[in-house]
Amino acid sequence: LAHGGGGSAMRDLIEGVFIAAFTDSDAPLEDQACFDLAALAAVGDRLAFTTDSFVVDPLFFPGGDIGTLAVCGTINDIAMGGAHPVALSCAMIVEEGLPVEILRRVAASMAETARAAGVPIVTGDTKVVARGACDKLFVTTTGIGVVRAGAHIGIGRARPGDIVLVNGLLGDHGAAILSARGDLALDSAIESDCAPLHGLVGVLLDAAPGTRSLRDATRGGVAAVLNELAEASGVGVRLRELDLPVRPEVVGFCEILGLDPLYLANEGKLVAVVPPEEAEAALAALRAHPLGREARAIGRIVETRPGRVVMETRFGGERIVDMLVGDQLPRIC
Amino acid sequence: MRGLVQGVGFRPFVWRLARRLGVEGKVSNVGDAVSIHAAAPPEVLEAFALALAEEAPPLARVETVERTPSRPFRCDGFTIAASAPGTVSAGVVPDIATCPACLAEIRDPVARRHRYAFTNCTDCGPRFSIVEGLPYDRATTTMRGFHLCRECQRDYGDPADRRFHAQPIACPACGPRLALELGGARVPGDPLAEAAGRLTAGAILAIKGIGGFHIACDATNEAAVAELRRRKCRPVKPLALMVRDRAMLDQLCAVEPAEWEALCGPSAPILLLCRRDGAMLAPSLAPGNALLGVMLPYTPLQHLLMEAVDRPLVMTSANRSGEPQIYRDEEAREGLEGIVDGVLGHDRPIARRLDDSVARVAAGALRVMRRGRGLAPAPRPLPPSFSSAPAVLALGGELKSAICLSTAGRALLSHHLGDLDELTTQDAFETAIADYAALFDHRPEAIAVDLHPDYRASRRGAGLAAERGLPLIGVQHHHAHIAAAMAENGWAVDAGPVIGIALDGLGLGEDGTAWGAEILLCDYTHSRRLARLRSIPLAGGDVASREPWRVLLAHLDASLPPGEIPPALFDGLPAATLRAMIARGINVPLASSAGRLFDAMAALLGLAPPRLSFEGEAAMALEALAASAPGTHGFYAFGVVAENGLATIDPAPMWRAAVADLGAGQPRAVIAARFHAGVARAFADAALAAAAEYGARALALSGGVMQNAVLLDHLVARLAPTGLPLLIPAEVPANDGGLAFGQVAVAAARLMQR
Ligand SMILES: [Fe+3]
Ligand SMILES: [Mg+2]
Ligand SMILES: [Zn+2]
Ligand SMILES: [Zn+2]
Repeated sequence: LAHGGGGSAMRDLIEGVFIAAFTDSDAPLEDQACFDLAALAAVGDRLAFTTDSFVVDPLFFPGGDIGTLAVCGTINDIAMGGAHPVALSCAMIVEEGLPVEILRRVAASMAETARAAGVPIVTGDTKVVARGACDKLFVTTTGIGVVRAGAHIGIGRARPGDIVLVNGLLGDHGAAILSARGDLALDSAIESDCAPLHGLVGVLLDAAPGTRSLRDATRGGVAAVLNELAEASGVGVRLRELDLPVRPEVVGFCEILGLDPLYLANEGKLVAVVPPEEAEAALAALRAHPLGREARAIGRIVETRPGRVVMETRFGGERIVDMLVGDQLPRIC
Repeated sequence: MRGLVQGVGFRPFVWRLARRLGVEGKVSNVGDAVSIHAAAPPEVLEAFALALAEEAPPLARVETVERTPSRPFRCDGFTIAASAPGTVSAGVVPDIATCPACLAEIRDPVARRHRYAFTNCTDCGPRFSIVEGLPYDRATTTMRGFHLCRECQRDYGDPADRRFHAQPIACPACGPRLALELGGARVPGDPLAEAAGRLTAGAILAIKGIGGFHIACDATNEAAVAELRRRKCRPVKPLALMVRDRAMLDQLCAVEPAEWEALCGPSAPILLLCRRDGAMLAPSLAPGNALLGVMLPYTPLQHLLMEAVDRPLVMTSANRSGEPQIYRDEEAREGLEGIVDGVLGHDRPIARRLDDSVARVAAGALRVMRRGRGLAPAPRPLPPSFSSAPAVLALGGELKSAICLSTAGRALLSHHLGDLDELTTQDAFETAIADYAALFDHRPEAIAVDLHPDYRASRRGAGLAAERGLPLIGVQHHHAHIAAAMAENGWAVDAGPVIGIALDGLGLGEDGTAWGAEILLCDYTHSRRLARLRSIPLAGGDVASREPWRVLLAHLDASLPPGEIPPALFDGLPAATLRAMIARGINVPLASSAGRLFDAMAALLGLAPPRLSFEGEAAMALEALAASAPGTHGFYAFGVVAENGLATIDPAPMWRAAVADLGAGQPRAVIAARFHAGVARAFADAALAAAAEYGARALALSGGVMQNAVLLDHLVARLAPTGLPLLIPAEVPANDGGLAFGQVAVAAARLMQR
């Protein structure tokens, strides 16, 4: 617990782990990061600002860890506003007794992810709390970005006729986390899709400047995003089950666990709503990007049943894709 | 006179009676009652009153009669007065099977309606299925496009005729007509004869009925039945049958008098009957099933068709697998393409989908399992203490959806709407909310829903309550089940608490876990859980309700040492993954469900495929197997553990004994029989102990599992000797189809208490 006391032990921890990982320069540290406004204004006309906390069990999972998640998650939240991410902050809450080696691994993967994404971590904070006061490690990342001029993206802007796109296979992250947690004796190794999507959003907006809505389909999956969209835009959404891109391993995983891939979390998937005349260009642009190779149109916006998401099933029927209130409590009597 | 006295030919009946006895005066509909002004010498009036009660039309149900002396009034003979305003629901009654008089008429070669498929009268014919609005007369039904010919006009206006004021009357000159279409082209000639010819030759036809289309084929023709199953993507679920008459039925099923009476009744339900060994039916009709769903013809069209084909017909609802029954002409044309060879239809539109009702006789009474055509919309009186309760709208559960309206001491349980995970059912649900409110002039003062936050009905109820500024009353699932049994059986609000035995699938409990095998201490306003089956993890949530092996694994793991669980039970199934899910708590809600216990036993006995293809598949097979065990076989004992005021009924000893019996080569039927007897004994004894402890004066039995006749018989046998009244559902389904009825009772009682 000495590491949390604010004394030299704390300083050693911060310098030895985080500063070493996140910065390349030897410049003295300040309490804040500063930005040149003129440089920001050259990129766009509005600031985007977001924050997110990450609590995931286990900390390490196939395809990523809590650190990559924290960096990608915040970059994606910025990118979904049509913004270019500029910088991140990072706050850590560490449970006493967590091996420093684990912190080092998380810091390293955060640094690597941030560096590869071209979005530096420029400020941060660390606290150590008593055993049981948190579970191993909680990470909070905050980010700022600059919204490109002319982009007007919002969850309430979808209109009948618009096309709904996703950039790839759904449910990988949720399935990876659950199988990492469960030791589920399944042959298939499913990896998290954790990835920063700002580059992909950039090419999408170049190809489809009229893009109406963008959301990353994290907790609650595509189902939650589309329900929110239908509600906020006052429109109906029609999906076709046969058009949903889901890996066969994830389908099988969901069947055994009694889950629906539409509700599984993703960490590198976005749902885009684009006007019909830009749909083809948007799809082509997504597919040309490494993170959008499996991009697909999964449905369209309709006037009927406003507020509802309706899926045409593989058997030709129709079913409502609901927002769930809690965990999936059994409904069959 | 109050009760079911409107729309059932009551006024002409009174008119004819008055004429016969020489009574002067008038009869009219007033509100929901019939008012009679009668003048005659006292002894004639007495005879008149007696005859009113004794000779009332078959469909009428007189609940109360008020008699008051009248001042002298002027009259000229006896007349039928026009309906007074405010007579909103008059005539919105259930559809009624063809009456003997109409049947005789279509068979009479010299009658005007000889072989006319749409013959009906005041005592029979379509009602709710043709009503589109109010006030109920021909102009607000789907008959409005057919203008009465002079002769029909005369029948309609003649109080002496049995068609007096029968809104759907028609004849070949002015009424609806049949048409047979094959491949989109109309077939010339007599549609009935042509259709009958095709059916006997093995064709599959859609036939328009009262509340929807059926798909029919020759039930003795294996090729036709197998082809129907293939086209409908319905591999194993039993198909309902229609038989011509008693003689044909006797060839196929063993029929008790109470069963025959139910079949012939005005509601003409599908009745579950024991099939005879060697019944001449296509093997794939109801593979491995000891019960058959059978009905008699209930429209002239069906009577004429059955006479022409002279063999049992499959008569299954026309839909694509899993979807609701089709009832619109266009839908039938499009939706049934590739499923049927042709459509025997007609030009009288159906106003709303009404599935055939389903019932069975169990523990000595007719018990409704699905309340549809012929039963809805008949109001039921609530116990007298509810007469001052505020009006409530209850929205029921998620599956087998039905809504219920209550007002002034009566409750109106809607027809079966279907499962709310279906889009078309959600539409029907919305329509029913508006439709019933308008038809019965209902203005609720509160909305009642299940506690489950993800039931679509609960969410809709929350929305409605918010929109209209009404209180929203949440009712625990099994409290509603038990309250339904109490209210149906007339248990008064102030009669004290009862002990409820709720044996059910799954419903959300007050502790956030799923319940379904509970002993409850209930009055209308409160319920308290006294005992329950030990909870087990339902690995995969709802998937566990479709895959009984998951529940079996959870039960056996909780009951037996690992070495004693026969590993062959889970051959080829991902048991290791399931165990990991359970160990880590990944999507494994806890449940104390009787339905799942029966599923698990069915899985142990090899009666359940890895994935059920329809609800109840495993449980029905298990019941049939138990019923097939001749004689008595004892029972498996359950354990009971008390933990701070809540008794846990532990199935572990039962599982150990059953697994041992299985290993020792006991016949599976004996194991199934011992299981049924054991479950009944465990819950009966827990209920009796609770009744003694809390001084409860009645026992109420409900929940979907109570539809199991073998189980119900065992329960009644053990409980009846105590002399405590047994409140068992009959007209209100014991399954979730009756939930809204119980919700109404609970909500109304709580509102009265405020
Ligand atoms: Fe239930
Ligand atoms: Mg956020
Ligand atoms: Zn009749
Ligand atoms: Zn006529």
